[in-house]
Amino acid sequence: MEKFIVLDATAAALPTPDVDTDLIIRIERCVRTPRAEMGRWAFEMARYRADGSEDPGFALNQARFHGAQILVAAENFGCGSSREMAVWAIAGMGFRCVIAPSFGEIFYGNCFQNGVLAIRLPAQAVDGLLKTLGAASAPARIRVDLPAQVVTGPDGKTHRFDIDSLRKTALLEGLDAIGMTLTREAEITAWQATDRKRRPWVWL
Amino acid sequence: MALTLFDKVWNAHVIADLGGGAALLHVDRHLLHDLGGGKALAEVAERGLRVRDPELTFATADHVISSAPGRTGGAHDWAQVLVDSLRLESRKAGVRLFDVGGDEQGIVHVIGPELGITQPGTLVVCGDSHTCTNGALGALGFGIGASEILHVLATQTIEQRKPRTMRARFEGELPKGVYAKDLILALIGKVGMAGGVGYAVEYAGAAVRALGMEGRLTLCNLSIELGAKVGMVAPDETTYVWLKGRRFAPQGAQWEAALAWWKTLPSDPDASFEREVELDAGGLAPQITWGTSPEDTIAVDAAIPAAKPEALEYMGLAAGRPLAGTRIDRVFIGSCTNSRLSDLRAAAEVARGRKVAPHVQAWVVPGSVGVKRAAEREGLDEVFLAAGFEWREPGCSLCVGANGELVEPGARCVSTSNRNFVGRQGPRARTHLASPATAAACALAGEIADVRRFLA
Repeated sequence: MEKFIVLDATAAALPTPDVDTDLIIRIERCVRTPRAEMGRWAFEMARYRADGSEDPGFALNQARFHGAQILVAAENFGCGSSREMAVWAIAGMGFRCVIAPSFGEIFYGNCFQNGVLAIRLPAQAVDGLLKTLGAASAPARIRVDLPAQVVTGPDGKTHRFDIDSLRKTALLEGLDAIGMTLTREAEITAWQATDRKRRPWVWL
Repeated sequence: MALTLFDKVWNAHVIADLGGGAALLHVDRHLLHDLGGGKALAEVAERGLRVRDPELTFATADHVISSAPGRTGGAHDWAQVLVDSLRLESRKAGVRLFDVGGDEQGIVHVIGPELGITQPGTLVVCGDSHTCTNGALGALGFGIGASEILHVLATQTIEQRKPRTMRARFEGELPKGVYAKDLILALIGKVGMAGGVGYAVEYAGAAVRALGMEGRLTLCNLSIELGAKVGMVAPDETTYVWLKGRRFAPQGAQWEAALAWWKTLPSDPDASFEREVELDAGGLAPQITWGTSPEDTIAVDAAIPAAKPEALEYMGLAAGRPLAGTRIDRVFIGSCTNSRLSDLRAAAEVARGRKVAPHVQAWVVPGSVGVKRAAEREGLDEVFLAAGFEWREPGCSLCVGANGELVEPGARCVSTSNRNFVGRQGPRARTHLASPATAAACALAGEIADVRRFLA
């Protein structure tokens, strides 16, 4: 997994609450589109008009958000379906960090599996960032410092964020979760041996 | 210390405390489906790993297969590739597959409980957010992503952070025409679709105790639409009677040992929850959604609220007008939410001796081969066919359209599924979520209708 340490990059704002993963990537794309091409189809229902051209009414189509690597979003971002393709699609658009007041829980976990840092900030702080980005006439930058757990907005205001230590280490060092767990093989085997006696009916 | 049902099942699966609030949990049951199952199994092999416990892993074809009568797999090449891949990779890895054409194929969250794969106190995962359905048996079930599927296949474990606990109590007795689906839609309407984020929910109260197993499965199924990854109901006599004798349920002395443990699982009387909500089931009318989120729920006889103008525009509705009477084009009775025998019975009771409106295309898609055959033994297929419904083959079908079955752009569908998101049933499709009985009533009326006028 790609490491994440400090990211100082253009930020984009998507102020719609409850953006679900069906909206982020359609099921047909999950089934039929290679991972490398998913970025192009992220938010396709909102992003493109019937003739395939970009819809200027969609927030992320604004020129000042082009090339953004940080996405600031509203409450419950990524709710709904467990499809990890939603993270692949967002990462495919170039985003490496998503900041929101809350996330769909499965989406939140999926972000970390793909080296995307999902940050929960208080609703007031996110509102401030959304307003600043919404009002900006030129590309605006946000700095995300994972070791210090601090987000610095375009206005210079800093916001501390929480992240559990396991996920933080995994991102900083680019660790592979399966590899980490395989080092615990002896513990897993011992647990299973005990459980076979405790709950024999579970074992087929 | 007094513990909740959730705490007890969680604690029974902790292999290691990983620090920072995370734990490594044992996975008792891993279910795979055709949307990503074949690819995941292949990727495990490509990485030089092995499926650690294939006997605890089960696969079925449901998402991409056709639901057309006589189907043998996918209706399109791209779908058939996924079905073939699941077959090949399951065989290679030694994973049991409930294949198309077999007696036990069905929607993953229907067959898990139906075959007794899911049991009280088991930890169940699947690469599908509606894995919370399994909580109806007192299991800890939750959806996982593609990376986590590989992790579970390779290690039989999952890394999780312990959520907070919420108890949702439904008191009172369900009025006529009101079902488990109406209970959970009303709850989502009350607390909102983000109201459960960060919680494991336990459903309790007299109305839940009175529900059959299938109603409880419906209730838990929509936990994720509340924002909660986990929804559970304490096991009781209803659970045990329902489970006994099912194919993978414990037998003989094992059953007795299991039963003794299961009876220790319900929340202690003095256990506390970080959030409590209560809803009077006795005062509910049949529910139906008007917008593009499951929280956009109203009583079927209520007016469309003046809220969410974008949702109203997408749905082609005007605030302040009654929702009942709105002309519809499609009806879908099916999905992991509402495709079980009791759902089909409730819909058939409404449809019996009546006719689907000529302009409505109405589908019934049973949740599994087991459900389909049981319904046919009762003659429910004939009731539906005589009324003008299509009687189709088990799978996810129109709930998500992964198999190419879609609602046409602009068309309005009353659906017993779980998501009315923008484009969920097809680009620009308009979805109204409701119970099977309400969906059947709407099919007959050709418009959104109050099922109570069809019930004697």
